Amino acid sequence: MNAKAVVVDGVFKKKERHVKANARDFNDKFSYADNRIKTSKYDIFTFLPINLFEQLQRVANAYFLVLLTLQLIPEISSLSWFTTIVPLVLVLVITAVKDATDDYFRHKSDQQVNNRQSQVLSGGSLQNEKWMNVRVGDIIKLENNQFVTADILLLCSSEPNGLCYIETAELDGETNLKVRQALTITSDLGDISKLMDFDGEVVCEPPNNKLDKFTGTLYWRDSKYPLDNGKVLLRGCVLRNTEWCFGMVIFAGLQTKLMQNCGRTNFKRTSIDKLMNTLVLWIFAFLICMGVILGMGNTIWESRIGRNFQAFLPLSELQSSAVFSGFLTFWSYIINLNTVVPISLYVSVEVLRLGHSYFINWDRKMYHRQTDTAAEARTTTLNEELGQVEFVFSDKTGTLTQNIMVFSKCSINGRKYGDVYDEFDQKVEITDKTACVDFSSNPLCDRGFKFYDGSLSEAVKLEDAAVQEFFRLLALCHTVMLEEKSEGLLVYQAQSPDEEALVTAARNFGFVFRARTPETITLCEMGRTVTYHLLAILDFNNVRKRMSVIVRNPQGQIKLYSKGADTVIFERLDPSSDDLMCTTSEHLSEFAGEGLRTLALAYRDLDENHFEVWMKKLLFASTVIENREDQLAVLYEEIEQGLKEMLTTTAIEDKLQEGVPETIACLNLADIKIWVLTGDKLETAMNIGYSCNLLRDDMNEVFVVSGHTLLEVQQQLRSAMEHIHSLSRAGIAGDADKSDMFADDSAFEETVIAEYALVINGHSLAHALEPQLEHVLLDLACLCKAVICCRVTPMQKAQVVELVKRHRGAVTLAIGDGANDVSMIKTAHIGVGLSGQEGMQAALASDYSFAQFRYLQRLLLVHGRWSYFRMCHFLRYFFYKNFAFTLVHFWYGFFCGFSAQTVYDQWFITLFNIVYTSLPVLGMGLFDQDVSDHNSLRYPGLYKPGQRNLLFNKRQFFLCTLQGMGTSFLLFFIHYGAFFAMAREDGSHFSDQQAFAVTIATSLVIVVTVQIGLDTHYWTAVNHLFIWGSVAVYFVILFAIQSNGIFGIFPSHFPFIGTASSCLSEKSVWLVILLTTVVCVVPGLAVSFLRVDLFPTLTDKVRHLQQSRRRKRPPERNPRRVRRTSSHRSAYAFSHQQGYGELITSGKNMRTGTVSPARSPARTQHSSNWMENILKRSNEVSCISDEQHKAATV
Amino acid sequence: MRKNVSNAGEGCSCKAVFSLEKPFKGDVFFYYGLKNFHQNLRRYMDSRDDGQMVGRKTNLKNPSSYCSPFIRDQNGLPIAPCGAVANSIFNDTFTLFHHDSSGKSFKVPLLRRGITWYTDKNVKFRNPKVDNLTLAQVFQGTVKPLYWQRPVYELDQADPTNNGFINDDLIVWMREAAFPNFKKLYGVLYRADEHFTQGLPAGSYSIEINYNFPVQHFRGRKEVVLTTLTWFGGQNHFLPIAYLVTSSLILLIAVTLTVVWWKFGKNGKNMEE
Repeated sequence: MNAKAVVVDGVFKKKERHVKANARDFNDKFSYADNRIKTSKYDIFTFLPINLFEQLQRVANAYFLVLLTLQLIPEISSLSWFTTIVPLVLVLVITAVKDATDDYFRHKSDQQVNNRQSQVLSGGSLQNEKWMNVRVGDIIKLENNQFVTADILLLCSSEPNGLCYIETAELDGETNLKVRQALTITSDLGDISKLMDFDGEVVCEPPNNKLDKFTGTLYWRDSKYPLDNGKVLLRGCVLRNTEWCFGMVIFAGLQTKLMQNCGRTNFKRTSIDKLMNTLVLWIFAFLICMGVILGMGNTIWESRIGRNFQAFLPLSELQSSAVFSGFLTFWSYIINLNTVVPISLYVSVEVLRLGHSYFINWDRKMYHRQTDTAAEARTTTLNEELGQVEFVFSDKTGTLTQNIMVFSKCSINGRKYGDVYDEFDQKVEITDKTACVDFSSNPLCDRGFKFYDGSLSEAVKLEDAAVQEFFRLLALCHTVMLEEKSEGLLVYQAQSPDEEALVTAARNFGFVFRARTPETITLCEMGRTVTYHLLAILDFNNVRKRMSVIVRNPQGQIKLYSKGADTVIFERLDPSSDDLMCTTSEHLSEFAGEGLRTLALAYRDLDENHFEVWMKKLLFASTVIENREDQLAVLYEEIEQGLKEMLTTTAIEDKLQEGVPETIACLNLADIKIWVLTGDKLETAMNIGYSCNLLRDDMNEVFVVSGHTLLEVQQQLRSAMEHIHSLSRAGIAGDADKSDMFADDSAFEETVIAEYALVINGHSLAHALEPQLEHVLLDLACLCKAVICCRVTPMQKAQVVELVKRHRGAVTLAIGDGANDVSMIKTAHIGVGLSGQEGMQAALASDYSFAQFRYLQRLLLVHGRWSYFRMCHFLRYFFYKNFAFTLVHFWYGFFCGFSAQTVYDQWFITLFNIVYTSLPVLGMGLFDQDVSDHNSLRYPGLYKPGQRNLLFNKRQFFLCTLQGMGTSFLLFFIHYGAFFAMAREDGSHFSDQQAFAVTIATSLVIVVTVQIGLDTHYWTAVNHLFIWGSVAVYFVILFAIQSNGIFGIFPSHFPFIGTASSCLSEKSVWLVILLTTVVCVVPGLAVSFLRVDLFPTLTDKVRHLQQSRRRKRPPERNPRRVRRTSSHRSAYAFSHQQGYGELITSGKNMRTGTVSPARSPARTQHSSNWMENILKRSNEVSCISDEQHKAATV
Repeated sequence: MRKNVSNAGEGCSCKAVFSLEKPFKGDVFFYYGLKNFHQNLRRYMDSRDDGQMVGRKTNLKNPSSYCSPFIRDQNGLPIAPCGAVANSIFNDTFTLFHHDSSGKSFKVPLLRRGITWYTDKNVKFRNPKVDNLTLAQVFQGTVKPLYWQRPVYELDQADPTNNGFINDDLIVWMREAAFPNFKKLYGVLYRADEHFTQGLPAGSYSIEINYNFPVQHFRGRKEVVLTTLTWFGGQNHFLPIAYLVTSSLILLIAVTLTVVWWKFGKNGKNMEE
């Protein structure tokens, strides 16, 4: 039955998907997923059974259930049932409450998404429907700035030719607009009646997670139309710049590509969790060993001594033989010693983590005032792992950067603008308080724009020709589209944020770009409306690295304005401006050194005749079929020669988030490797790499891998590897045996002192991630200080994380802010989401979310470190305590004929873990700190022990259990010695079991309390309360349950009546307790004292400093400043793809204005092809990814 | 001998002679000790009914199942007190004689009352409360434990208030020892007697033992201990020795640590980063 279902499923998956428009009945046959999404786990009715089942699957809980059943068998029950059931129920209830709250919040967020409104065409009109009710095959209407409801096939839109613009930030993090176009045949279905009649059937691929690929066919009116990615809008995109569009739902809900990319929600476990599970199993094995030893002891005892004792204690019917009696004793001892496997461990750990999560939530230093966002620990089970992170995978856009480009400096005609100086000619650092230039005189200005150097606007007002020309250039030479929402309210839609920043700058300085038609550009120059004739756009591409426009100004002059990468522009400059070039070049280096994105500008006057000739050539060239592109490029090159007259550069700040370089530097010092995974292109990514201190000029080598084939990539990786090896070999030649060096990779890693960085491209990454290369990639990457992967798809991000996670065994953290980071966030051990500009998707999928990248530093170095420290401390103490507590039974076994007699009162056994000792250790686990937060940040080296797992590992576990065993040994035998010949002051005998039990229990409580007092580094009022409170509570309960009153009510449950009072009034008892405490505590104390003196760790040193400083004076604040390294580099990170040049000049996207074919050269007869070109280019990346996917599936 | 239940009622007596070199001054306590007798076996320790011993009438006639296999006799009558602990009560009796230099013998008077904890005597062990009935009537319908010679209400023939569950010897026995070798208080020297106001004078003594409790079959030993007390209770060599050893070790550790600290830790020499 089951197997059959799988087969059917398999067949179904291979099948194509048939979707018919406006035909719910037809589509219902296939039972496609509807548009509802569900991330929650339980509902009201399933909660109890499922949750209970899940909880009992945990080893520990199941173990206690087994114990409980054992205890119900009277023959072996050595402890009353309540000793187990009370803690078990407590544990189950606490966990269930926590799970229920978690799921409640998931329900809420699901509901919020499912209840968004959308407009569905049904019954001849548009109906408002909730998202969850949208079905496959429905035709829906989307409006500007709306999220796309599901994966839909674009049918028609408000724009001409069925164009529409989308922003895919949620999917891939790119904020530039992308264009989608409906099939010509459907693009005129613009009104509802026509759409109602549309009954096309789409046959397409089954649901998959490839964001950049779609293949399908539309059958309509007996014709076939091929469909590809350019005709599909995916869920998660936002419609921009398009008033409305209609589309037909193809994939809905969980089958959408966005959701398919999200991956499964798997339960994340920390490494401590896993270690804890292993240890619990070990303890369990240890328990069985002890049980076997004691059981065997019982067999021997029964056959040698016990049988002589049968007159006093006849065997029960079941104990027919000594062997069987031993067997029963084994089980009895399993019950007796069950407390070595600490049931309250798991629940205490959960409580601790919850507490630590609240500390994160409440941390004011991680609260972002501007956006009113506090840090939020969305998963409460991972805190201590934050203290062990070795790899950080970071998104770039929106994570490292604010994704805001700001025009910040420029150099015009050899003069630099943008810096602010005070009266002594000292550069003033620009802060929020610095007065910015007042643009209010300009009615069209953008209020968000800020510029601090007043001299530039002075220059504009003084009509400095060069400055004016500069802004004119900025206002003319671009491919920005304009939307005028109302009079004066201009919205620029640019393909890249750089362009938008430049045009906005020009706008504020009085050169407002007002309107564009295919042949004209209208500016408002200093209040005057001026119209330029646009003669040609020499568009940007990756080879040319520049763009130019040729315009005729109202005076009739023809001018070529050009902007581009500095190196490219400098080559084409007229030699006469060499002097200027030197100065500008200097300024350029300076800007670049500050991490700004630079651009060089130039223009030239064109001679009318010269232009005519060139134009003719261009027209001719654009009609050529073969090598048209090359010929055009040659022509462009020709006209762009000899630029001169004015040379300026602009510097745009790709605004890094506050504190990013400092954070990265700090994390680097903590030995955390940072990998940047971005969808951006190589140049942009490297640029950011430099500006945020990830890449530095003093690095020995930055390897760039950008091969297109497997072989190329392999070669590049290998050569980089060899480079490192040869260099370090040269470095350590002589003293190190080479073969030795390679034998141990990790040792080799340590020996690499030189700093390297690796930059790898998306398509190379696809090859490098294949099984035969992934190891090379990983080894190389781990030798590098910094790794940047660019042009990666969301799935690749996850693959990279997975690679490191799988082979390095290191803790990984992924941080991102967009939906494209979701898969990576879910794959990594810890996912961090920035609740930023790109929506909430990432934050919702993450384990921790906050507003700014810089908070990562505090999250890891302070909260993570503390959490790890506390957790380890807690665990060590916990195991110590339980071993000390339980093993006393083991020793006692040798004196009580291995009869599984407990040493303590049953009530003490029940309450020891959950009442007497739980709060002090919780208090320590919650509040303890070895080093203050300030010093944690100041000495990032303190983070390293966590990465190397030094504070709690198997060795530490052995040490603490050994200590526990030692304590139990001393505890038992000191009391044994003392009780051997003890009598009370009134002479009555005093060697009875109850007095022994009470004395040893009291000693135990005092010893473990003193121990925790010594282990606590940081005392808060709560610690005091918990520790002293617990001791007090112990005595109160002790006297209460041994009081006359309670004995009178339940005589058989409280047989210890009066023991405490007669016992603790004895001087000798207190002498024994004192002796025990000293003997048990002093060795540990001496060892730690010696360790601190002889082998102090960094922690000890910092603590020492902290203490001595506290004694002397309050710590001075010493914020670390990170200097950016200065370097000159061409940093023309222009638009992501080829600009809209063709679109503009062809006028296809203009709603008004007639197009005269004669005058625009770039169109001519090939204009019909422009769209294909555009789409072809935008699909370049997808093709490559396709290959990669194919490769991945092979 | 005890292995055979029918012999339980029979006894024998013997005499042990010893002498004291020095007089025992002050209060002198008389203990009996057992070696290799496991009062601390789990099933043994559980085999009692505190409900019965505190005088609950339902438990008297219907003892708890914990008392197994000493709940009822062959006739199905409930045993009082039930359970293995009570059943195995130590029932030797001792009489101590002092022989002075003139050859005269005095019986050394022992206080056999007040040898229990206050809470045991007054709270934990109570006889069933029935107005106007003798103790024997109260225990009507129950039988004595198998090994006992007399029923519980006739334990102390000299003092009728020391019978039933509140009998001192029974209470002392019911407080189970933690280890197989133990001592239990038998009596305290009655110093009101003119010969023994200062304690026990030096000289020769003899003990007459009425031997009821067999130990040989479990390879046990019986002993009798006479002792005085110190300020912290009974004579105990362990504590002083343990204290001496511990304090000298701690002194050693303290010296070592001070030296180490002086050489390495002082002024934070190792503490520089």
